[in-house]
Amino acid sequence: MRRAEPWLALAGAAALVVVAVAAPWLRFILTLALAKGIAVLGILLLLRAGQVSFGHAMYAAIGAYVVAFAAPSMGDVLVLLPLAMLAAGVVGLVIGVFITRYREIFFSMLNLALSMVLYSLLEKFYAITKGSDGIRVAPLRIAGMAMDGPMAAWVMFATAMVVAAMFWWVARRYLVSPMGEALAGIKTRETRLEFMGVSARGVLLVAYVLSALMAGAAGAIIAMTTRHVTPLLAYWTSSGELVFIAILGGAGGVLGPFLGAVTYELIRVYAAAAFADIWQMALGLALLGVILFAPGGVWGVIAGLLRRARVT
Amino acid sequence: MSVLLEARGLRLAFGGVKAADGIDLAVMRGEFLAIIGPNGAGKTTFINMTTGYLRPQGGSIHYDGEEITGLAPRAIVKRGIGRSFQLPQLFTEHTVLQNAALAIAARRGVWQPFAPLLSVGVIDEARELLSRFGLDGIRESRADTLNEGARKLADIAMAVALRPRLLLMDEPTSGVAASEKMAVVETLARVLREAEVTAVFVEHDMDVVERFSDRVAVWSQGRILALGPPGEVLRDPEVLREVIGVAAPHA
Repeated sequence: MRRAEPWLALAGAAALVVVAVAAPWLRFILTLALAKGIAVLGILLLLRAGQVSFGHAMYAAIGAYVVAFAAPSMGDVLVLLPLAMLAAGVVGLVIGVFITRYREIFFSMLNLALSMVLYSLLEKFYAITKGSDGIRVAPLRIAGMAMDGPMAAWVMFATAMVVAAMFWWVARRYLVSPMGEALAGIKTRETRLEFMGVSARGVLLVAYVLSALMAGAAGAIIAMTTRHVTPLLAYWTSSGELVFIAILGGAGGVLGPFLGAVTYELIRVYAAAAFADIWQMALGLALLGVILFAPGGVWGVIAGLLRRARVT
Repeated sequence: MSVLLEARGLRLAFGGVKAADGIDLAVMRGEFLAIIGPNGAGKTTFINMTTGYLRPQGGSIHYDGEEITGLAPRAIVKRGIGRSFQLPQLFTEHTVLQNAALAIAARRGVWQPFAPLLSVGVIDEARELLSRFGLDGIRESRADTLNEGARKLADIAMAVALRPRLLLMDEPTSGVAASEKMAVVETLARVLREAEVTAVFVEHDMDVVERFSDRVAVWSQGRILALGPPGEVLRDPEVLREVIGVAAPHA
């Protein structure tokens, strides 16, 4: 399965490019889906340790607001993206030092609480953040070239692809490394880790910072694609959305988050178009279907089909 | 033989129950010391205090001349004290090989985010370790599918992977089928002797104690009732009355 994964990733990427060319209006949706997939990859790392964060949209919001604040003075995508990741990573480190002392419901709720603190700050400090109106992101450049019209959309789509591929590779290597396997050990036998001389908290902290970096990158891509940021990016429903996508995509493989994100965005777009008033119900039904019939998520279904194909 | 571990006047009470009531014990380098005694006598508490899981309320513990009282488990492990558990603490979603490899990686340094856990060097060492414990046949099995004997051995193998100089084992044979028990202990004793590991083990089976220990410490109500070679201690009338009556041979 692990050997088939890069080929699946390539096939998936090729399919996304084909769709983006064939249906230009979907390019925007797919860019956002890739960005969310990156953030969900961070959620997946924490899920490996048995921890669920209901506040990771906070790091996406940090990434997005860094882009909004910095764009007027240094509006290059190649500068803004690392800057947003750095900011989210540093905040992730500071919060992580404290939050990795906690597990399970306390871990989940503390993340949620902190994300809501950020939401309130973004909402209330109107003079700086323009409150719930949000901030319009200034025109951007890439490597010094101005971005406008369809070119901007393509640049952001390509940026999302490259960043997604980079983090996919990082997560794939990381999860089978001693650190990644120790992370999975937190879920089953944290005591043993300590008695092997390994700091479980340190192991979780590395994953937490990595997940914050990923969410920061996702937020930056979202801000540069939509060109508008609001406090809603940090709202708890945005964090819930990331967990929703993680379950939908499946936590068993690092492609799961991207499969989940694309599925989620497509269901959302088509459900909203078909049943404007009850589109959330379609998402709910999709999640219910996954939980009842495909607990491994979209990735689990694909992995199962591949395994069966190999056996027969 | 020189002293490797020395406990002086260890005290710890849980509410009104004295789990350690002035424990003085010196463990000699290279010996196999068995701890026997009824349930609730404080045997596991002694292991927990020595390995940093519990902090004593009084007294001190010295290891290789250095005081280690109240240090965190991680700091104690790094000094060369390993432990195994009454309920084996395996990573249940990993295979036996991965469990062993993770323990080896922990010794070598776990902070490698991009090298695979199952790299060539680690795999070879893990296979060799499991083979010493007679676990070759199950190395690809998930840890939650093993029988109790294999679980106990895998648990101890993970502690041995850290290359401790002192290994504390909490009931290494409890839950192991009677038919496998002697084989498990034989394997264990051979591996530990080869690796020159000093061992302290809590045990309820007097046959195992008599056959594999150099000395026996008898625990009763947080105190050491008797200490000496098994041939003497297990025939001491007070020990027979107080302890063996509870944990009789062939019980």
